[in-house]
Amino acid sequence: MLQAGEWAYTEKLKEHFMSPKNIMQGENTDEFDGVGMEGNLQCGDQMMVVIKVDRDTEVITDCQWKTYGCASAIASTSILSEMVKGKTLDQAFHISPKEVAQELGGLPDNKIHCSVLGDKALRAAINNYYVRNGMDDKVKQEQAKTICQCMSITDHDIEEAVLEGARTYFELQEHTKLGTVCGQCKDEAEVLLEKFKHIHFGA
Amino acid sequence: MKVYFDNNATTPLHPEVKKELIEAMGMFGNPSSMHAWGREARANVEDARSRVAGFIGAHDDEIVFVGSGSEANNTVLSLFVCASNQCIPGTKMRSSIITTKIEHPCVLETSECLAHRGARVKYLNVDRYGKVDLDQLAGMLGDDVGLVSVMMANNEIGTLQDIATISKMVHECGALMHTDAVQAVGKIPVDVAALGVDFLTISAHKIYGPKGVGALYVKKGIPYCPFIRGGHQERGRRAGTENTLGILGLGKAVEMRQLEMEAEEKRLASMKAILKKGIEERIDDIYFNGHPTDSLSGTLNVSFPGAEGEAILLYLDLEGIAVSTGSACASGSLDPSHVLLATGVDAERAHGSIRISLGRESTMQEVEYMLDILPKTIKRIRDMSTAYIKGGTHAASR
Repeated sequence: MLQAGEWAYTEKLKEHFMSPKNIMQGENTDEFDGVGMEGNLQCGDQMMVVIKVDRDTEVITDCQWKTYGCASAIASTSILSEMVKGKTLDQAFHISPKEVAQELGGLPDNKIHCSVLGDKALRAAINNYYVRNGMDDKVKQEQAKTICQCMSITDHDIEEAVLEGARTYFELQEHTKLGTVCGQCKDEAEVLLEKFKHIHFGA
Repeated sequence: MKVYFDNNATTPLHPEVKKELIEAMGMFGNPSSMHAWGREARANVEDARSRVAGFIGAHDDEIVFVGSGSEANNTVLSLFVCASNQCIPGTKMRSSIITTKIEHPCVLETSECLAHRGARVKYLNVDRYGKVDLDQLAGMLGDDVGLVSVMMANNEIGTLQDIATISKMVHECGALMHTDAVQAVGKIPVDVAALGVDFLTISAHKIYGPKGVGALYVKKGIPYCPFIRGGHQERGRRAGTENTLGILGLGKAVEMRQLEMEAEEKRLASMKAILKKGIEERIDDIYFNGHPTDSLSGTLNVSFPGAEGEAILLYLDLEGIAVSTGSACASGSLDPSHVLLATGVDAERAHGSIRISLGRESTMQEVEYMLDILPKTIKRIRDMSTAYIKGGTHAASR
């Protein structure tokens, strides 16, 4: 007989949920060099990441966070805060949700979006650092490209839909209403669907 | 300490049910067989039928044993898309179904499916306590309506509906009345004649019986055709060899409810009151969901803004306490509880809700343990939450 205690999550995730690392104490963000926040309470997830940066080397010396969300959201932000310490801003900016999930030993498909918010908040914190220090030219925008003109659906929307569980073109349409008017974007959307499936799920 | 506060999800077997099942484990005969083995099984099935019928004031031949509450609900709803005059005499022209926004998914999803198959489905709103809008029902009822299905007690918030009044309104317009009483039977008195319903759904595992068995009350003379076909079992109303042990367990469970229900419900109500008061005193910024008085005595649903339900559930699990949540994250979907949203609760409060459901094995020691652990758990989660930081949604409330 199976024993109780086998969570839907990995042991690594459980560890970070039970003893989260680097939670920001208090609420004073002034002592930090960059602050980023993503998500909202109505959607069920919100994360704030704050960083301290060594100005000469642009290395992140401290990373703390607050998270409103489920176990995987808490664990994702916790492990992310460990991963970025000692990395340069540029290296940290390119940490992908997949790497966070891998570090946790994997996430259930429907929980991947929780880890996406953490690295988005981190990127917002890094951009915030650049802005505060007059380095606006370094701010990296995540440019969205419109794929479906009729319904105004971007590549980001497609990525979001994949993270929320869309695996086929039909499911993508159900999630986004993409391609439901003229249908000309079908080929491009299918390529992106496969791309994001590969990036996030290795499929 | 191990604390099981999730009795609306399922319940442990009553020791008497367990005992009777263990003793009956050797009974394998097919109730349809004419020989001694068959007759033994048949006798037990019919004995259980009498117990269930007696418990809700029905006649024995008005009880159909089924595989679950979900099956019973699917059966009733599916009666009303059948265009055959032989199946449902007189309901052919009545192609509309009315139900509510707070039903169990087995009613809601079946209703959606029926809509695809041509039925018109209308959904009743509920007020902030989860009570059905009777004025809206009056406006919806007409000679196109074939069936109205309203759950008697809600599984998430415990709110009770006035089924007798609704039945009367429904019958005045010539429609039939179904109630999903899975959470009500065995917790509050249920009498089919007093309620005036035509169909009523019962499940065994919510009342300390085994899983995989339920019963459907079908009033004598009401049109009916089977959902599962191809056998003469249950007088042709539900094909498939009877789950004899399950049915036996349901019969015993019902018998035990008859003996224990009244005293136990009083005990649960007083424990719930203490739990509610304790939560109010020890945790700030909370909301109770559901009706303050007209509610199942063991069910308490509470929201903790700024804390997410799945996190609450799992931190409590680590302390040995079992509850459930209306959070989207725990359900695998992206939307929080449809019941809470229907009562007008905003998404954040729904994400941060937990349901505590007490049962016959719950004790005051467990309530005290919960009142010790829960405030610490909520504080821990809120301390790491973005909701209370400077500029956060609830920055001012602490």
